[in-house]
Amino acid sequence: MLRQRPLIVETLTAAALIAAPFVLPYLGFTPPTINRILVWGLFGIGFDILFGFTGLLSFGQSAFYGTGGMVAAYLLTVVNFPHVITAVFIGMIAAAVVGFLVGLIALRRTGIYFAMITVAIAEVFYFVEFNPLSAYTGGENGLPGVPTPTLYLGFTTIHFDSDTKLYAFLAFWYFVVLVLALRIVRSPVGAVLRAIRDNPVRAAAVGHNIHGYKLTAFVIAAAYAGFAGGLLGIMQGFMPPDAFTFDTSGQLVMQTAIGGASTLFGPLVGATVWLYLSDFLQTTLHLGATWKLVLGVVFVLLVCFLRHGIVGALRDLASLAGRRTPREAPVSDSTIAAQPATMSSAASVVPLPSHASKPGEILLTAQGLTKRYGGLIANDHIDFSVRRGERRGIIGPNGAGKTTFFRMLTCESPPTAGQIVFDGRDITGMSVTDVCQLGLTKSYQINQLFTRLTVRENLTIAALARLRGSFRLDLFRSLLALPGLREQVERTLELVDLRGRLDTPVSELAYGEKRRLEVGLALATNPSLLLLDEPLAGLSPRERVETVALLRSISKGRTMIVIDHDVDSLFELAERVTVMQEGRVLVEGTPDEIKGNAKVQEAYLGGVHGVLAAE
Amino acid sequence: MVNWANFISQCFNGLVLGALLALISSGLTIIYGTLGVLNLAHGAMFMLGGYAGWLAYSYSGSFIAAVVAGSLFTLIVGLVTERAIIRYFYKRPHEDQLLVTFGIGIVFVETIRFFFGSLSKAVPPPPPLLGITPLGFMFYPTYRLALLGIVAVALLALYAVLYRTRIGMIVRAGIEDSVMVDVLGIDVYKVFMLVFGIGAMAAGFAGIINAPVVSIAPDVGEAILVQTFVVVVIGGVGSFPGAVLGGLIAGEIISITSMFNPGYSYVMLFVAMTLVLVLRPYGLLGTAGRE
Repeated sequence: MLRQRPLIVETLTAAALIAAPFVLPYLGFTPPTINRILVWGLFGIGFDILFGFTGLLSFGQSAFYGTGGMVAAYLLTVVNFPHVITAVFIGMIAAAVVGFLVGLIALRRTGIYFAMITVAIAEVFYFVEFNPLSAYTGGENGLPGVPTPTLYLGFTTIHFDSDTKLYAFLAFWYFVVLVLALRIVRSPVGAVLRAIRDNPVRAAAVGHNIHGYKLTAFVIAAAYAGFAGGLLGIMQGFMPPDAFTFDTSGQLVMQTAIGGASTLFGPLVGATVWLYLSDFLQTTLHLGATWKLVLGVVFVLLVCFLRHGIVGALRDLASLAGRRTPREAPVSDSTIAAQPATMSSAASVVPLPSHASKPGEILLTAQGLTKRYGGLIANDHIDFSVRRGERRGIIGPNGAGKTTFFRMLTCESPPTAGQIVFDGRDITGMSVTDVCQLGLTKSYQINQLFTRLTVRENLTIAALARLRGSFRLDLFRSLLALPGLREQVERTLELVDLRGRLDTPVSELAYGEKRRLEVGLALATNPSLLLLDEPLAGLSPRERVETVALLRSISKGRTMIVIDHDVDSLFELAERVTVMQEGRVLVEGTPDEIKGNAKVQEAYLGGVHGVLAAE
Repeated sequence: MVNWANFISQCFNGLVLGALLALISSGLTIIYGTLGVLNLAHGAMFMLGGYAGWLAYSYSGSFIAAVVAGSLFTLIVGLVTERAIIRYFYKRPHEDQLLVTFGIGIVFVETIRFFFGSLSKAVPPPPPLLGITPLGFMFYPTYRLALLGIVAVALLALYAVLYRTRIGMIVRAGIEDSVMVDVLGIDVYKVFMLVFGIGAMAAGFAGIINAPVVSIAPDVGEAILVQTFVVVVIGGVGSFPGAVLGGLIAGEIISITSMFNPGYSYVMLFVAMTLVLVLRPYGLLGTAGRE
């Protein structure tokens, strides 16, 4: 929604901001409430980038809100710094710096650990504000006397000293930072953040430095919080110490969840509902302190029954209405029927540019590769090498250590002993992200897709890693304007034959299509060495034939290692085959040599027959 | 410079606080370990235990009745909460679980505020434990000494339930792999409900036995919740021994720092947490893969 009609969102927001002070009072909103909504909404934009887009739920945003506000208020009241908005910006920068330092610690862990650490850190800020730093922050009194801003226009000076004038000031800044946020979520960085939210493991595996991006989101959220904190002081003429409380963080989280996360507007809508209800319950219904109980119950009900908040629900309604006309033909028939034709055209498509220069050279060697899990030896001194342009197959009974071997080659898990050299470089102990950037990646045995995103978005994320490297802060660049991205995505789409499903969410794909997208994700990173872990698993006989043809077409100009249990298909595809058993390489040779090898028949096929015979 | 009697007495205070935190944290950590849900309403459970106990005390005048009421009430609240709400969140994202337990916590706190107001309530220690006890080198409040014993017994009881009973074995198996426990034909939902109840009861029990030391108020659980998080991060999520060790460490840090400057106690707690996160990211006694 945000991406397709970009300027419409901005225009509608501007119109709504201009209309709000004229319309909202009729609905029972007082001017100070409207201003408070804007500050909370602005605070929430940054939080939504962190929580809604990146999936990091922080309960500690009060630390940055308070820091930004206190720095700005200190400058304006104690230091008598003359420029109000400059002071707010300095507060914002201070909050961002603090956010960076806190992020270094909090982002060492994810999930609930992250939530707990942010709570604890915010509590530290609260106590520091109240006690050791009370000489600067006013302790429990806060900092009174924060001046209102003025704007010098050359011939006259505007004083934003009434609620209505302050509204204009706040609305202007809300609009500015909202436009910036819209650019961020539409930028390549925004795409990567969503990928991290959906599947951090795969986002790292396709070559994105997810820690760097998480820290970026954290700093952005801290900067927005700091800016909002500065505006809070100006709005109230007083910087309250309770900006630092856990309640502040909690209210932000609740407002965002009520409004709808990953919408950017959710926090504003949530704040509108929250502040309206709190005014209404307290002043109209005279409920006193009970208003919070009512809001708490409302919140629990909303989380239980309205998962995507108000904005999310509206969006779902809109898409339901739009879906009355069937968008796409049902999954299976059309695509599979069209398969033979598309397969030949896919084969004629120029392969992705690859790093391979001299075929026949050794591309990858593993020496003495060993992996122990306690007493269990999963891989035992494996020596293995593959040449450029080769299609290698790996077979072996379950538990032979094939997947463990792949996990070590892609550096997902470090070997207990041994060395891996890829393209003349020792990659032992490198990260999966860096190895992918060097041109070695894997398609997973169990699909690792970005399930909430569409096929196009999935491939875009993988292609971005190749085009932009593992980390780049092109925050304000449009995703659409990135040269080469579209081509890379379309070529990959063609190769894995998913053109008809471009804008389908992954969750709606058929299994076979998901399997092809899994390969596509690896392919879109443009690897020179592609590892495929059981690409045929779970496919129908017909799909297997198609997939083998697909893999063959992909392999042009590329080196491939394929694990699979479908020995017939694999023998057809691979030029050489390695047989593994009990964590070791049993034998290696051409498919014909393997077929005739007595040891293989004994260990791999014969073992089964032996068991059957014994029964 | 340092007053040694004062120092030792603070160490004792730290031990008492630490034991209490250990008890509350083990409740939180067994819930997380088994159900995979971080219960942000855990601080509210602590508070509810205190209020239920206070109510029972004001009617009966018996401290024992207060402790029983506080524990039973939070056990029931825990069981009902799991059955009515938490159960529907196992398959939803972690974030939703955090949001809903956070909301439940607010509802509990505000309900208590609605009925009993914001002013704090006190429950006196039982008469035999009033006064102070001479320890030779210093005098120490008798109830606090007794508290140490009570909490130790409670922790041992929890340990015995976890490590010496069939249900405990299922819980520990569930911490390792709840899917496998389900596959083995054990009704995990029943176990989950019970664990949530026991975890809540640990907090509620702590809430009432702590009431004679720190008077209770609707928001008394908030600070406890934050301290519990630090304990769990230090000790390692899902680890019962980790919760005990982390609790004692946190208790001592808070008490000893408070002797010099109470304002810095959270800063020191935070420093300790950061050190653990840098040196042992999974906590002192935690293991990888429990996120």
